[in-house]
Amino acid sequence: MSEAVAVPAPPQLPSSYVAAWRTIRGIIANDRKAQIGAAILAGSIIVAIIGPYIAPHDVEEPNVAIRLTGPTLSNIMGTDHLGRDLFSRIISGLTVSLLVATGAVLIAVVIGVPLGAFAGYQGGWVDTIIMRIMDAIIAMPGRLLAIALVAAVGPSVGALWVAISFSSVPRYARLIRGGVLAQREREYVEAARAIGESSGSTLLRYVLPNAMAPVVVQITLNFPSAITAEASLSFLGLGLVPPTISWGQMLSGAQDYLEVAPWLAIFPGLALTLLIMGFVLLGDALRDHLDPRYHGRRRARKRAAA
Amino acid sequence: MLIRYSLRRLLETIPTLFIISVIVFSLVLLIPGDRVLVMLGYSGGDIADVISKEVYAAMEIRLGVNDPIPLQYARWLGRALQGDLGTSPLHAIPVMDIILARLPATIYLALASIILGTLVAIPLGVAAAVKQNTWVDHLANGVVLFGLVTPGFWVALMLVLLFGVYLGWLPTFGYTAPQDDFVEFLRHITLPTIVLGLDFAANVIRFIRTDFIEQMREDYVRTARAKGLSERLVIWKHIFKNSMLATVTVLGFDISRLMGGSTIIESIFAYPGISFLLLQSIFNRDFATVQGVVIFIALMVVFMNYLADILYALLNPRIRYE
Repeated sequence: MSEAVAVPAPPQLPSSYVAAWRTIRGIIANDRKAQIGAAILAGSIIVAIIGPYIAPHDVEEPNVAIRLTGPTLSNIMGTDHLGRDLFSRIISGLTVSLLVATGAVLIAVVIGVPLGAFAGYQGGWVDTIIMRIMDAIIAMPGRLLAIALVAAVGPSVGALWVAISFSSVPRYARLIRGGVLAQREREYVEAARAIGESSGSTLLRYVLPNAMAPVVVQITLNFPSAITAEASLSFLGLGLVPPTISWGQMLSGAQDYLEVAPWLAIFPGLALTLLIMGFVLLGDALRDHLDPRYHGRRRARKRAAA
Repeated sequence: MLIRYSLRRLLETIPTLFIISVIVFSLVLLIPGDRVLVMLGYSGGDIADVISKEVYAAMEIRLGVNDPIPLQYARWLGRALQGDLGTSPLHAIPVMDIILARLPATIYLALASIILGTLVAIPLGVAAAVKQNTWVDHLANGVVLFGLVTPGFWVALMLVLLFGVYLGWLPTFGYTAPQDDFVEFLRHITLPTIVLGLDFAANVIRFIRTDFIEQMREDYVRTARAKGLSERLVIWKHIFKNSMLATVTVLGFDISRLMGGSTIIESIFAYPGISFLLLQSIFNRDFATVQGVVIFIALMVVFMNYLADILYALLNPRIRYE
């Protein structure tokens, strides 16, 4: 943890999105935890994209002769009850997992950010009502709500996206609202308004980039919960259904063969854990550097360690 | 002061409860198909054979499907407030009775997880903060990272594999009431408790550790040291209260996961609590029970959050005067 990646102390100059990106790159370059996390994620994304081309076997092709065999040279993670290659199916599950999680996080951001900005900018009773609703959603058990929602409308990718993103919307709304309130009265924002910039453009060009850091942290830490939520729902039979391949669904099926084929339960879980770990390591490191609330703690830890 | 704070916080929960009730009520509106048939648990076949005209008409009146939605909501809320969550078409008994029958199992599991988590977390968290960068600290960090990155249901599967399949030490599903056979009760509750308790412990450790390191730099600690109190006394004097604060804080936001997030854990261990009831009702298309369980758990979580807040204020006087 080098001091070279010093976080711009408030009051800061209006930065741009490019500068925000540069800061993140700086953190990744200097923090070992962030490097490991970023490496896992980069690897995962590459595998998710080129997966279908490098998978050693067809994901659906059954081969009864080798059903429920343990890891061998040709099936390095073993085969399932139909003799399908587990390794190839895990690669395919990675793509699905990332797509569902990305969709859910994106929806939460696209709804939460403008909502929070609007509430913060408007103030008054509009702000009160919006934030009250956000408080109520946060107070509800999110996973339970997701289960109930999918149960009501029936499982589909769309339902999963809505169900998983629903409980994360308030987190973004709160962050952005706080950022807008903090930046609203700054001189440069007033100056931008004075030279005739519309409030929407002021928001996009000056206010949001300055409130972006905690949002980036939140996005990185939102992924693990979205990934787990999809896997959990699919495990319960309320998420993705065959022929779509999902790690949750694979683990659910593995329950029937725990005694004879434990690898079916072990490998998809390890894949899930590794992917989550990538996001957690990167997110934790980013938060350590970017989130002002954690600065005191980091310094404290350093001082105590010295 | 504390009473005034409690009352103010209680008033603040009202809008939250209102919005939650609207969301839960709306869930049923999202279910495709004739709502009267949905709430009667109709699952196919010739309607005339399964559901009599009288039953249909009675449900039609109860729901008031032709009335404006806000009126239907008000009627539903009024009945729910009186504890009337409707009747389960599957079991032909009031939903409230089913929930209350399943509730103890869930409460035992939540309590056991909190106790186990706290017993692991407090010593480990404090030791990690006091002896930074030693093996205790690394162990604590390991537990935290493990809790953060491993999905609970996979840990559950691995425990079933290890203790159930390979070692055969513990039952991997089912439940025995403590008043029937306490030893069997403990044997059944152990594995789900480990899964949920570990998750809880990870969060508490994180809080205690950061909190402690911060506290050690505070003025009162410096004063205590300057007075010549031994390091040990300084540490232990403040351990209890601050560890409790951290635990209550985590409890506040973890209780909803212990109650709602345990759906998948209860289902893996076929542990008959209310979360498992929810899942069974979903698969049986018993939406009266689904709706009842969801509103019940949501209310319980809000109430627990409220209690955690009060407890926090009790332990930390600064909050009350804000």
